[in-house]
This record gives sequence, structure tokens and C-alpha cells, in this order.
Amino acid sequence: MTTALSIKSLKKVYSNGFEALKGIDLEVNEGDFFALLGPNGAGKSTTISVICSLALKSSGSVHIFDNDIDVDFSAAKKCIGVVPQEFNFNQFEKVFDIVANQGGYFGLPKKTCAERAEKYLRQLGLWDKRHDTSRSLSGGMKRRLMIARALVHEPKLLILDEPTAGVDIELRRSMWKFLKEINAQGTTIILTTHYLEEAESLCRNIAIIDKGEIVENTTMKSLLQRLDKETLIFDLKNELQICPNFEDCETTLIDNLTLEVVVKKGTSLNYVFQCLNEKDIQVTSMRNKSNRLEELFLSLVKSDKG
Amino acid sequence: MALKEQWIALLTIIRREIVRFMRIWVQTLIPPVITMTLYFVIFGKLIGSRIGEMDGFSYVDFVVPGLIMMSIITNSYGNVVSSFFSVKFQKSIEEILVSPTPNYIILLGYVFGGVIRGLLVGFIVTIVSMFFTDLSIHHLAITISIVFLTSVVFSLAGFLNALFARGFDDISIIPTFVLTPLIYLGGVFYSIKLLPEFWQGVSQLNPILYMVNAFRYGMLGASDINIVTAFLGVIGFIVLLSCACLYLLAHGTRLRS
Repeated sequence: MTTALSIKSLKKVYSNGFEALKGIDLEVNEGDFFALLGPNGAGKSTTISVICSLALKSSGSVHIFDNDIDVDFSAAKKCIGVVPQEFNFNQFEKVFDIVANQGGYFGLPKKTCAERAEKYLRQLGLWDKRHDTSRSLSGGMKRRLMIARALVHEPKLLILDEPTAGVDIELRRSMWKFLKEINAQGTTIILTTHYLEEAESLCRNIAIIDKGEIVENTTMKSLLQRLDKETLIFDLKNELQICPNFEDCETTLIDNLTLEVVVKKGTSLNYVFQCLNEKDIQVTSMRNKSNRLEELFLSLVKSDKG
Repeated sequence: MALKEQWIALLTIIRREIVRFMRIWVQTLIPPVITMTLYFVIFGKLIGSRIGEMDGFSYVDFVVPGLIMMSIITNSYGNVVSSFFSVKFQKSIEEILVSPTPNYIILLGYVFGGVIRGLLVGFIVTIVSMFFTDLSIHHLAITISIVFLTSVVFSLAGFLNALFARGFDDISIIPTFVLTPLIYLGGVFYSIKLLPEFWQGVSQLNPILYMVNAFRYGMLGASDINIVTAFLGVIGFIVLLSCACLYLLAHGTRLRS
């Protein structure tokens, strides 16, 4: 299998002496949907900046589809599309021009730029806004504009740095759908996000970075299998004033009508209901706590800090 | 990046620059024309008629080449410094930095943007000047080449200023405290032969004196300085400033962290 991105012993020390990356190694295969997670200031954006040349590395190597950025950065850059965390387009330029000009910087003929700009602006629901200046767009539209701009040269590797930050749920879901589609068409995607649910539902492989070091690098499946606990949320019929205790379970009364029960993986649900019945607690509905990855993420980052 | 792709990238940057200054033409094209018209009226006609001849020419004829050159210098410089600093400030320069566009194409694109605006304003000011005097061209090749080379020098200087600038103050300090005094003391309004010998020597350290005089020579056939020296100096500045800009771009100074 072709390696889309290969990072070896990558170090980045800023001029003020801050060591943002402490020699990280990372490999992402072609066609992958890869999550790069980490707390604020962990080194995610620095890694992306080095990959796309916005930051100069201190040492180490980066290969993009076998193109060494020290040898042929031009070839490497042609393979990458970047959607940065912050809006970085000219606020006074028109939407269409922003996308089409980006194609020009990659050496695409004007006609191709125009066709691609139309294709991606339509796909991302921005075609009607093509004559508007970018500053007149809403936050969600600006995010989609940056995705359209990053795709205009049809890169083999798309890197998205928190693409759904500040985007409402409906729009976020539609962006997930779009990203899944382009990944299915063969584009390798690397995603950084603070929404762990997003990484869990989209990505097949994951790396967690903390304080400039990769603390975990595995498949999403195997990471989630490491969860030895399951969290269940019960909506109660009658108000509870005191949190009940169940043997072999951790219970938390979130509010008078919501009870959180943490059980060991493999524990029978019947056992939990039996405990509830014994305490005469009536349940109206039950659900799993959705963000399982969050627990692992916190434990990994926490253990590293410890 | 193949040569054809580099050419497309260059045209994209130039086109974007032209669209930018044409979109805000009220800010970019009209003010210099109004300023120069006032210069023509006041210095050329009202005061100029009482000054008499300068270097064997009527004062308005003498001052017109200098004023055209002044508008070309300030607009070439102003276009690049404001445009490049603006994309740096808004971070939209990252659009080009993440692309395979080579540094020299980035530099060429912005410099040509500045040259085109400088020449366009110079052309409009030249048209306006024809309402005040009968223009003649003594040497067409010298006139065109010195205008082009001067606008290249000041576009490069504007690029360098924008590269180093951290804030909006930094892009106004050089034009206000360096460029304007050099232009006013660069033989636009007077012949340095009027100055005492010591100040004539000091004036010869001013690069703008050479450009203004070379242009005046192209139009009127008169100059305070040697034309060959002027051209060599201008070409020397282009080489020096280009090397400085390319070196800073290669090292990502104030652009890449």
C-alpha cells in the first residue's frame, strides 16, 4: 500500500525556544481517513504547518506520496490540499475568484480552474454566493469555502485542521457526509478536531499527540476496544434526591431525573435493571453515553501528564 | 513546477493584483491624479510663471517629468507595500505559500502588479500634464526604459518593506520619513546646479535624483547627471533588492514560522 504521509523524527523548535514537536513519527496510508487528536497546544497545527510549508521544521523528514519535502517540495505540495483552522482568505475577494485563483497558483489552466471552482462550489452549496465577497459569508459558509479552495487542484491528500469548529450540527453532519464521499472516491484525509465524536464516526485510524509527542497511534477500532467500561444514561420517571449505590457499578446522579451508571464491559444489562428494580427506580428511557472516545482521550492525555 | 504552470501562476498573481487596484480605483488611481494636477496648477502655472526658466526650460516644462516620475515611484511602492502587507496581515498569503508557486514567481507577480499600477498612474498624469504644457520626447527608448526600471526598483522596495512590516505603522514609516524626503530632494522641483557645491555632492547620494534626471533627459534632453551612471545605478538597485527579497522569501522571514 502507498504511504500518503510519512513523518520521521520530526522536530520543531520555535525561535523563542519552545519545542512544539519532539521528534514525532507518523504514517498515513493512501485512502485512509486519519484523525490527529490532541489538546490545545499539543502540536497538531504545527505538524500540519510543517507538512504544508507554513512552518520550517528544525529536523526530521517528511515524505508526501514519496516526495521528500527537502528534495522536491513542489511535487509534494501538489499532492496536498489544506483547510486551516483560521480563515485565511482575502476578505474583499469574491468567492469564485478565491477558489479559481487557488487553481492558478497550482498552475491549472484558467478553464480548468473555472470548471473546478463551479464543481466544488456547487457541491458545497456556495454556487449562489459566487459573486459575493468572502467577508459577507456566514461562518459555516467560510469553512466550506476553504474546503472548496483546498480541493480545486484535486489533491490526493486533504488535511483539515478543525474544519467544523463553530459550525452548527446540521451543517457539521452535511460536511461529514461530503468528506466521507471524497474519501470514498480515493482522497486520503487527515483530520484534526476537538469534536471527538467527529473523529469516532469518520476516521479509521487515529494518532493522539500531546506536548509534541505521539502518545497513541492505532486503529479507531482497537482503541475503542480498550474501553473496559460502558456508560449508560437512564432517564427516570420519579425524582431521586440521593444517588443510589449498585454493587460493581459507579453511579452518578446528574440531576434528579437523570442517572449515570458506569458498568464494566460485558456486564449484563439485566443486572443493571435488577439493581434499579431493587431500589424501586422507574426508568422511562436509556441510552449509551455517545462520546466513548472522549474517555479514552482524556485517560491517555491524563496518564501522559501524570 | 513546469514552466507553463509557473507562467499560469504568475499571470494569476498579476491578474489578482490588477483586479485589486482597479476595484478600489477611487483610492488608487484618482488621488495621485488630483495631487499632480494641483502641482501642475500651483508649481507649474501660478508660481512657475514667476520663477522663469530652469536649466534652459520653462519651469512647467522642467517640473513635469519630475512630477510624472514622482507619481510612478509613489504608486509602484504603495501598491506592493499595501497589497503584500495586506495579504500577510489577513494570512491570505498562505494561499500562495502552500502552493508549488516558486518564490521568484511570487516576487515577480507582486512587482509586476506594482509596475502596472505605477505605469498606469504615470500615463494618466502624463495625459493631464498635456493640459498644462506641450510635451515632447527627446529620447523615447531612454524615457520608456527608465520609467519601467524605476517602477521595478520601487515595487521591489515596497515588497521588502511589506516583508519586514509587522504592523500598519511599519508600512507608513518608510514612505513618510524616507521616500517623500528623497523624492522632494531628488531634483523634481529644482536643478541641483542651484545648490552650493557641498549640497550638490550630498544630493548625488540620493538615488531618486538619478531616476528623475534620466527621465528628464529622455523627455527634455537635459540632465544634471550622467545618464549611463543613472542606468547602472538603477540596474544595480534592482539586482540588490531582488537578491534581498528572494533571500528573505527563501528563509521565510516574517512569512513562515
